[in-house]
Amino acid sequence: MIEQKKGFVDWIWDFFASIKLAAVLFLLIALSSIVGTVIEQGAEPEKNLMFLKRIFGDALAPSAYRVFESLGFMDMYRSWWFITLLVLFSANLIICSLDRFPRIWRLVREPLKPISPLMVKTVSIRKEMRLKGTPEVVKEELRQALKSLGFGAQDSSIEDGGFQLYAQKGRYARLGVYITHLSIVVIMLGAVIGIFFGFNGYLPLQEGYASDIAYARDNTPHKLGFTIRCDDFDVEFYDMSDMPKVFRSRLTVIKDGKEVLKKVVEVNSPLRYGGYTFYQSNYGMVPDAKGYFILKVRGSSGKAVTVNRMLGESFVIPGTEIVGTIKDFSPALATDNSGKTFTYSDMMNNPAVYIEFSDSGKAKYSGWILKRFPSTWRLPDGNIVELVDYWGVQYTGLQVRKDPGVWLVYLGSGIMTLGLYLAFFMSHRRIWVLVSREGKYSAVTVLASASKNRPSFERKVERFIADLSGGADG
Amino acid sequence: MDSSVLFGVATIGYMLSMVAYITYLVFRNRQIGLVATGITVASFIAQTIAFLMRWVEGYEMGLRSFWRPPISNLYESLIFFVWCLILGYLIIEFKYRNRSFGAFITPVAGLALAFIEMTGMSKEIQPLMPALQSNWLLAHVTMSFIAYAAFGLSFGTALMYLIEKTEERTEPAYIFWTVSLGVLIVLLAAMGLDFMKYHVLATNSEVIKDYLFRATFKSGSSVVSLASWIGSVIIIALVWRYGYLLKKIVAAFNISTDLLDELTYKTVAVGFPVFTLGGLIFGAIWADQAWGVYWSWDPKETWSLITWFVYAFYLHARLMRGWRGRKVAVVAVVGFVAVVFTYLGVNLLLSGLHSYGALG
Ligand code: HEM
Repeated sequence: MIEQKKGFVDWIWDFFASIKLAAVLFLLIALSSIVGTVIEQGAEPEKNLMFLKRIFGDALAPSAYRVFESLGFMDMYRSWWFITLLVLFSANLIICSLDRFPRIWRLVREPLKPISPLMVKTVSIRKEMRLKGTPEVVKEELRQALKSLGFGAQDSSIEDGGFQLYAQKGRYARLGVYITHLSIVVIMLGAVIGIFFGFNGYLPLQEGYASDIAYARDNTPHKLGFTIRCDDFDVEFYDMSDMPKVFRSRLTVIKDGKEVLKKVVEVNSPLRYGGYTFYQSNYGMVPDAKGYFILKVRGSSGKAVTVNRMLGESFVIPGTEIVGTIKDFSPALATDNSGKTFTYSDMMNNPAVYIEFSDSGKAKYSGWILKRFPSTWRLPDGNIVELVDYWGVQYTGLQVRKDPGVWLVYLGSGIMTLGLYLAFFMSHRRIWVLVSREGKYSAVTVLASASKNRPSFERKVERFIADLSGGADG
Repeated sequence: MDSSVLFGVATIGYMLSMVAYITYLVFRNRQIGLVATGITVASFIAQTIAFLMRWVEGYEMGLRSFWRPPISNLYESLIFFVWCLILGYLIIEFKYRNRSFGAFITPVAGLALAFIEMTGMSKEIQPLMPALQSNWLLAHVTMSFIAYAAFGLSFGTALMYLIEKTEERTEPAYIFWTVSLGVLIVLLAAMGLDFMKYHVLATNSEVIKDYLFRATFKSGSSVVSLASWIGSVIIIALVWRYGYLLKKIVAAFNISTDLLDELTYKTVAVGFPVFTLGGLIFGAIWADQAWGVYWSWDPKETWSLITWFVYAFYLHARLMRGWRGRKVAVVAVVGFVAVVFTYLGVNLLLSGLHSYGALG
């Protein structure tokens, strides 16, 4: 009974230690992943139904949809069978590595031994030569030559005055493969932790407003444990185009009523606080919001003041009697061929404010002042009114994420980099120099092996021999 | 003179060198070989200068910061791919003192450049969207294309290996390489026809994307569409029937198949770690910084993963008994097909989240 059970465990172990299973899993995962790139994942049913109609025709599409759906193709990477593949893959990777690791570890840890006659045949590089001088005489020279090759050699004597020098380098390269495999496990662990304990949601925040909750994808509120406030949002454009250059949210974190952190969040520069990360994701206008026009007003006397006014309100240019009244606003002002103005977008692509000026009650002049065009700030009489912002009408769309597993993913990535470097760019090199007496001469046999890039090591060994043979005979 | 002139010179140069290498392969005349190498080196220098000029131009136009090399849209990345590919090829040519690879590598460069011309993609220096202004992205893109170039080289040597190793027309490996080559020719011809028919119309990227294969397979007329399919089958059959001629030419060079196998492995062994670090890890870090998710299974990411798995399969298959040589060479060819799909197919055929790399 016990015998049989052991056999079964062994069978399982061998099954998972096999590199053939790895090959099969590589192919299965790669091929099945293709399905998920063709069928849109997590899309509205209509979209994929349309797509299936094009392939299977109108009549078959609904049943095809049902079949696909029951196979989990519409949300494939979370389907039971895809997860199963990944679990099998991890098991394969772990058991296969465990299976081979002890042997490799021994190879790495055990000090190099003099080569035995039996092993000679297994070594791939083999060169011979004859040096002038008895073995005792050439020993130091050979040791120095090995040193200049980067090998600090040990030696052992064999009978009849002969000896062996041997050394190795880069033995940790052997671990590269295992480190690489380990890193994959670490990354997958991080991903699993993220899936089970993470939060992924969003938070739209109007300028001037604050919130202590974010929303999950299904709109359920999620308590953050602190408050986040949007002080300002703005977009900067490339020169005269509507191509955005920078989106920017000025955020403040408030904890227990105190401001604890201020940060300008841009697309590639998120805010991190309390385990959460806030990313600039999108933005927009709040319909019917009443905002403040922030104007920087400079009279010809040179004094500048900043004023905040709402639509319809007025302000005075310092040092004068001139009164400006805000009459109209356009988020994106453009002029058509006949010179008439119109609004071409409901986003703040080109904010403009229409102001009427009067001097002691008499209408003086009026016109559009555009945020992006400084030439419109200068009034006919030399006074300057700059539109700094129309504040309070935009919201910033923040993506909110908490992922307690992400550090493992990063750690795994680092380990993987190290592992791949060892596996592909380092090589375990071993060299044995066998010397025996031949009258007044020494017969030298150089045996060497490299776990990677053998030809390059072979060339090095050849050069080593050529250098020595400078003083050699035949 | 601006960079586009020099890029033009380099493009024509590479096309010429492709012709020269193929001529060299057929006639095996040393002089022709020297000319081929000369043209390639000259074009490479021209392209290098053009690349530096474009870098400076973007900066002077105020569209790019000085630390942004021009590798940020599809056009620039294709050009950079060609540059890496040619550099890698020249290293191999000088190291192994063998020119015949040129006839297999330069067509890959030629294809990339022809693709640029045929799709009429925008060559303008464009400003960068906020999400694209990231050093991670820069490292990601640069390293991805270095890896793609290495994979391109392995594709060339693996294909040569297959051509040299196969004997019978019924052999799976023979069928595989002739059909692959046939499909490549058909795709190119179809794109060429699109180009001739619609190039005048095509002014922006959306239009081009819509017109892909409109002149042939997706034609409004079912006759044309049917004829295209039949024509394709005939072309592929012809390549299959007469593929042995190519084999004769390649075999005449006596390149050892062991060398080809080793070169394929070596180039994959460079491409794989670079792709892992640059293509997957840096890509994930960038996505994490910009979008808040390091992995979202969008088509582009998934196809990178598929490519990665194919090359992991290649590396592991070599460790399995009985999988040296022919079978792994097939895997290396398939790997590069996956690279091309990741690189172009996803943008052209599947719609991804990545705005980066759109034809615009
Ligand atoms: C995507 C996942 C994997 C990656 C990226 C990966 C990576 C690697 C790399 C880079 C090598 C070195 C290859 C070379 O030097 O040519 C290697 C070797 C190896 N891998 Fe994997 N591997 C993966 C999955 C697996 C799995 C699932 C197994 C399970 C059987 C496995 C078993 C092995 C074995 C046995 C070796 C050879 C070790 C040796 O040379 O002694 N690998 N792997």
